[in-house]
Amino acid sequence: MWKWLHPYANPEVSYHFTGRLLPWFSALAAILLSVGLVWALLFAPADYQQGDSFRIFYIHVPAASLSMGIYFGMAIAALCSLVWQLKLADASAAAMAPVGAVFTAIALLTGSAWGKPMWGTWWIWDARLTSELILLFLYLGVIALHSAFEDKNLAGKAAGILTLVGSINLPIIKYSVEWWNTLHQGSTVSKLGKPSMSLEMLWPFLFCFLGFAMLVAVIVCYRFRNEILARNSIRPWVRDLVSAQANHK
Amino acid sequence: MTTNTELTESSKAALAPTDTLNMTDTQHNNLSYRDAFFLVLKRDITIALRHRDDIINPLLFFVIVVTLFPLGIGPEAKTLSRIAPGIIWVAALLATLLSLDRLFKSDYGDGSLEQMLLSPHPVFLLVLAKIVAHWLITGLPLIFIAPLLAVLLHLNEQSYGALIFTLLLGTPVLSLLGAVGVALTVGIKKGGVLLSLLVLPLYIPVLIFATSAIDTASIGLPYSGQLAIIAALFFGSLTLAPFAVGAALKVSTN
Amino acid sequence: MQFNSFSEFINMGGYGFYVWLSFGVSALLLIILFFSSKAGHQKVINNIAKQKQREDKLREARELRKQQANSAQNNTEHATN
Repeated sequence: MWKWLHPYANPEVSYHFTGRLLPWFSALAAILLSVGLVWALLFAPADYQQGDSFRIFYIHVPAASLSMGIYFGMAIAALCSLVWQLKLADASAAAMAPVGAVFTAIALLTGSAWGKPMWGTWWIWDARLTSELILLFLYLGVIALHSAFEDKNLAGKAAGILTLVGSINLPIIKYSVEWWNTLHQGSTVSKLGKPSMSLEMLWPFLFCFLGFAMLVAVIVCYRFRNEILARNSIRPWVRDLVSAQANHK
Repeated sequence: MTTNTELTESSKAALAPTDTLNMTDTQHNNLSYRDAFFLVLKRDITIALRHRDDIINPLLFFVIVVTLFPLGIGPEAKTLSRIAPGIIWVAALLATLLSLDRLFKSDYGDGSLEQMLLSPHPVFLLVLAKIVAHWLITGLPLIFIAPLLAVLLHLNEQSYGALIFTLLLGTPVLSLLGAVGVALTVGIKKGGVLLSLLVLPLYIPVLIFATSAIDTASIGLPYSGQLAIIAALFFGSLTLAPFAVGAALKVSTN
Repeated sequence: MQFNSFSEFINMGGYGFYVWLSFGVSALLLIILFFSSKAGHQKVINNIAKQKQREDKLREARELRKQQANSAQNNTEHATN
């Protein structure tokens, strides 16, 4: 397995490899998202309780689960970079952080816009929304730490440690917030319970979820390639690439 | 080989500034782990006692923040006693945050931090000693002052025990987790605001369980469950945080 | 098709504002993120190109200075001869 993985630790190889992957990811994301969103908006049945506001679900849930997933991915990348000193793992973690933050923000905003008709207020200290908010703070901390260091390699290491500390804390925070929420259930909270999803709802959801996941892959690839270039700016292959592309302008 | 011994000599000299500790050379050469731990602890406490305002200012901050709340909310005893646990804990959290900056900053500035990392003793131990010193200087005084502030806020009489116990178990967690944040930001010029952004989200579980323990105690129910969870957080961070601090310091000092 | 007319589709059973708000905000954020990530490529390339130009200039200046120093040395040698 190591022999197979080894070439991808080379920045040049993985730069071109992700470049070859990008069109495929983009095409998949475009197809899946357009099918999924049209299906979700036009053809999926309305929920019998929540009516058409249920259509927010098709963005909210993928965004929320992807925001957690991206943090998990960042933590794995951080672990790899700390254990095996892989510079590329740092670059990928740096590429993922802003994407994760945006998806967390989307999950929060759509959750709040869904909460207004369902709960009657824009914000409720619901366990899931609260832990999503804290996740956003963790992301912002990682991004802020990244930008605070001049040296990109140092920034990657520092942010990696923070990501790992955060990933140990995240489950604790999540459970403590859930516990806190059940403790203080004073107001009449009609929880956004999981409605029993029929197949007609499941299919568009799956399309949307995979489409968003592919979109994440596309954006992370773009950012990853930029990070590689910025970190290897003195290498000859980057210089050749730059002179080739700068002439095009 | 000679350079190596020179290095360790200088690092031990950094650990034990001659003006604070008068140890003979023979003792320097075979410092046990316990000696190294107490040496760093003693050094940090000595330094802190020389700059007394570093100890007093966070305490004053704690007191002033707590007195601002009744002025902002109103003096009704019922409201105040309802929100007292939250206020005291949030204020303790902010006071700890304020004092954290000092944990590594001066050592980083004069280079003794680097010497400490180069010393032959495990970084885990030295870092732990510094954190313990920090807690003794800032966390412990908070625990002595908190009951007085609880009186001002009309805290329920049954909750005093819970307040002391949660602070006793919880403030070390604040120091341990905070040390990770300080270690990451010590090399950055404007690390102060960044530090709060990094550290405060990590403090949330402690805050939740501590205030809930105090609330539970005020109804007269047993709060040992919450205390057990805070204790778990304490032991978890005690074993893991010094490793993270060591790694972060190595990045910061580069 | 769940909707009979376009206005019904826009109305979303009375929840139109919330549904379109969340779809709109998400689309906006994702489009901004996508294009800023894509534009980042050209930015990095330009930065590296600028850096390269600066280095080239420095190198030229250094070589020029070396040449001048050499010729000056030659001149003084001639003078002494």
